[in-house]
Amino acid sequence: MEHIISVTVENKFGVLSRVAGLFSGRGFNIESLSVAPTLDPSMSQMTIVTSGDDRIVEQIVKQLNKLIDVIKVVDLNESEFVSRETALIKVHTKSEDRAEALRIADIFRANVIDSTPSTYTIEVTGDPKKIEAIINLLQPLGIKELIRTGRVAIAREAIRPAVSQPKKVVRE
Amino acid sequence: MKLTGSEILIECLKCEGVKTIFALPGGVVLKIFDMLHQQKDIEVVLTRHEQGAGHMAEGYAKATGKAGVCLVTSGPGMTNVITALADAYMDSVPLVCFSGQVSTSLIGNDAFQEADNIGLSRPCTKYNFLVKDVNDLATTIKEAFYIATTGRPGPVLVDIPKDVSMAKAEFTYPSSVAIRGYNPTYEGNKWQIKQAAEAIMKAKKPILYVGGGVVFSAASKELLELAEMTQIPVDMTLMGLGAFPGEHPQSMGMMGMHGTYCANMAVHYSDLVIAVGARFDDRVTGKVSEFCPYAKVIHIDIDPTSIRKNIHVDIPIVGDCKAVLRELNQILKATANGDQRDLRKPWWDQIRDWQQAHPLVYQQEPEGAIKPQHVVKRLYELTKDRDPIVSTDVGQHQMWTAQYFKLAKPNRWLTSGGLGTMGFGFPAAMGAQAAFRNRLVLCVAGDGSVQMNMQEMATAVVSKLPVKVIILNNRFHGMVRQWQDLFYEGRYASSYLDTTPDFVKLAEAYGAVGLRANKVGDLDAVLKEAIATDKPVVVDVPTYPYENCYPMIPAGGCNHEMILEDPPELKRRMAGAPSTGSNEDKDTILTA
Repeated sequence: MEHIISVTVENKFGVLSRVAGLFSGRGFNIESLSVAPTLDPSMSQMTIVTSGDDRIVEQIVKQLNKLIDVIKVVDLNESEFVSRETALIKVHTKSEDRAEALRIADIFRANVIDSTPSTYTIEVTGDPKKIEAIINLLQPLGIKELIRTGRVAIAREAIRPAVSQPKKVVRE
Repeated sequence: MKLTGSEILIECLKCEGVKTIFALPGGVVLKIFDMLHQQKDIEVVLTRHEQGAGHMAEGYAKATGKAGVCLVTSGPGMTNVITALADAYMDSVPLVCFSGQVSTSLIGNDAFQEADNIGLSRPCTKYNFLVKDVNDLATTIKEAFYIATTGRPGPVLVDIPKDVSMAKAEFTYPSSVAIRGYNPTYEGNKWQIKQAAEAIMKAKKPILYVGGGVVFSAASKELLELAEMTQIPVDMTLMGLGAFPGEHPQSMGMMGMHGTYCANMAVHYSDLVIAVGARFDDRVTGKVSEFCPYAKVIHIDIDPTSIRKNIHVDIPIVGDCKAVLRELNQILKATANGDQRDLRKPWWDQIRDWQQAHPLVYQQEPEGAIKPQHVVKRLYELTKDRDPIVSTDVGQHQMWTAQYFKLAKPNRWLTSGGLGTMGFGFPAAMGAQAAFRNRLVLCVAGDGSVQMNMQEMATAVVSKLPVKVIILNNRFHGMVRQWQDLFYEGRYASSYLDTTPDFVKLAEAYGAVGLRANKVGDLDAVLKEAIATDKPVVVDVPTYPYENCYPMIPAGGCNHEMILEDPPELKRRMAGAPSTGSNEDKDTILTA
């Protein structure tokens, strides 16, 4: 089963290779990996998409925790989370296709971020299914190049029912 | 006052209480060696190969319980020490290895003797550091020792570029360490420990399965208390030998692939397995799906990744063995109702039946070829009063030593378990001898594996490390030959070593003492002479070459299905085999 694991790590050289080395050395899968600094610049946040049965995912989480440069590990699948991925898609556009490309971009609320006489570069953000869908639609026009960021994900806050404040009893 | 990086390194070692380091110089570490040369607090044991330095540091660490320290140069120095680092990583040995690196300005330029030390050592160290600024050196070394010796111990590498060893900085040694991503758990979860205590009280057929973790956390006293109070039999892993007294009536001896019949049957038929500081290695479990099929499992280990890695655990307890056992004992003491002995009588009757049915056996003819087991047994009996430290290489001789050398105390047993590194034993023995100059240190080796680090004989002689090396010389890679006899129809592919060197002459060439026992009758006298000699000694004992190590669980087999003797087919084949293994039989051996 697919799991998204959010890993907070020290922001210093060599940490990425320790994490990647752990996955390759122990035969775990990485489907995607994204890394960037957090609000605190001494730390980075990794979002790792991996897969495996419960036993394997338990090992992945434990082994990540064991790495000295890893500060926190959260298996997002254990609660509600939202995830997004961005793709940059460079599409060949003959003059008769340009309107069609724009229409497709519009349907997916994607932006055209670069344009030449023969190409559009389209930026689209969404869950993986949405990205797959726009790729499928643009493919007949001719995709010249495609870059995906891999997923980033964040846990959803638990929604608490609004609590009414106890009334102040004013004694006179 | 400002000190150079090299001086800072030495001051840090002193602060850590390091008395001995194992080292071999080279271009980029010359400054460090120059400084070591000008001081007297730290002894430098110059080895002949960096692998030897690494294994000596391991032997030192295993015997003392403190971190072993080695120092090697860049490039080939580093690649040579990798085997020792990997060995220490598998067996959780606290080790701090300092490696030289080319100057920071040259890193990445393919400079002379440059290697990516951090990249090379990453998968076989607990952590590694590249020190780019001399101002970080002292803190880094403090962290290195802290990481190596706390939690589940392991090797740590500190890579020091040449310019860092020469640059100057103000020296202060930090008094404490805080690493936000590293906080090992020492105290076990109290609720879980209570669950464990309840399971123990209810169990009719419990077994303790103890590993090297008990040795490293110095929990032998607590283990003994637990075992005696609850009357539970104790199985030891290869790494756990010595954690529980080998001659104790509750000791089942070693378990696993070449463990005793009783130890393996007991774990297979038990209803509660209490694993303490062990990791359910495949050499212990055999076929994982059939390991202790009737038992609940309690697993006490400081490393959370060890728990549920290989088998399902019912009551996991993450924590230091000593702390957890102490807590567990307290609970049991407060609640035990004193009739454990009666409750477990049928279990003990069963165990004694197993012990009597298939004890460890070998047949030594008084005039026949010397049996390897007999050598180990005699060595044990002749030396046990002197509380010796024993090391081994890897192979048949290692298993026989594990079976017959019944250690009474922890930190006496130096062997390569996880990685199975041939060539480990001799340098490891020297490392232990360097820590304890007046103790008796023995190394039981095979003629194959001892040759893998034979060059360290020079170190033993020059550094006056009077270890006694007993070579069980069967002129084979014996364990390979055993597998070939059992599973490859006796085709001895590359396992016959033909004329090994004359170990007696070789020892003498190095300036050590060489002895040989040719007959059973000579054995005791020769061993006694070796023990009485205050110099490094090599005892060459030609043994019967076709002796197989039993019991044996074939790889992937079940623990209760042991091979206990040569199968009939093999016996028929061996009927015409030469019995002495002397060189005249060479043609017979190769055509057998």
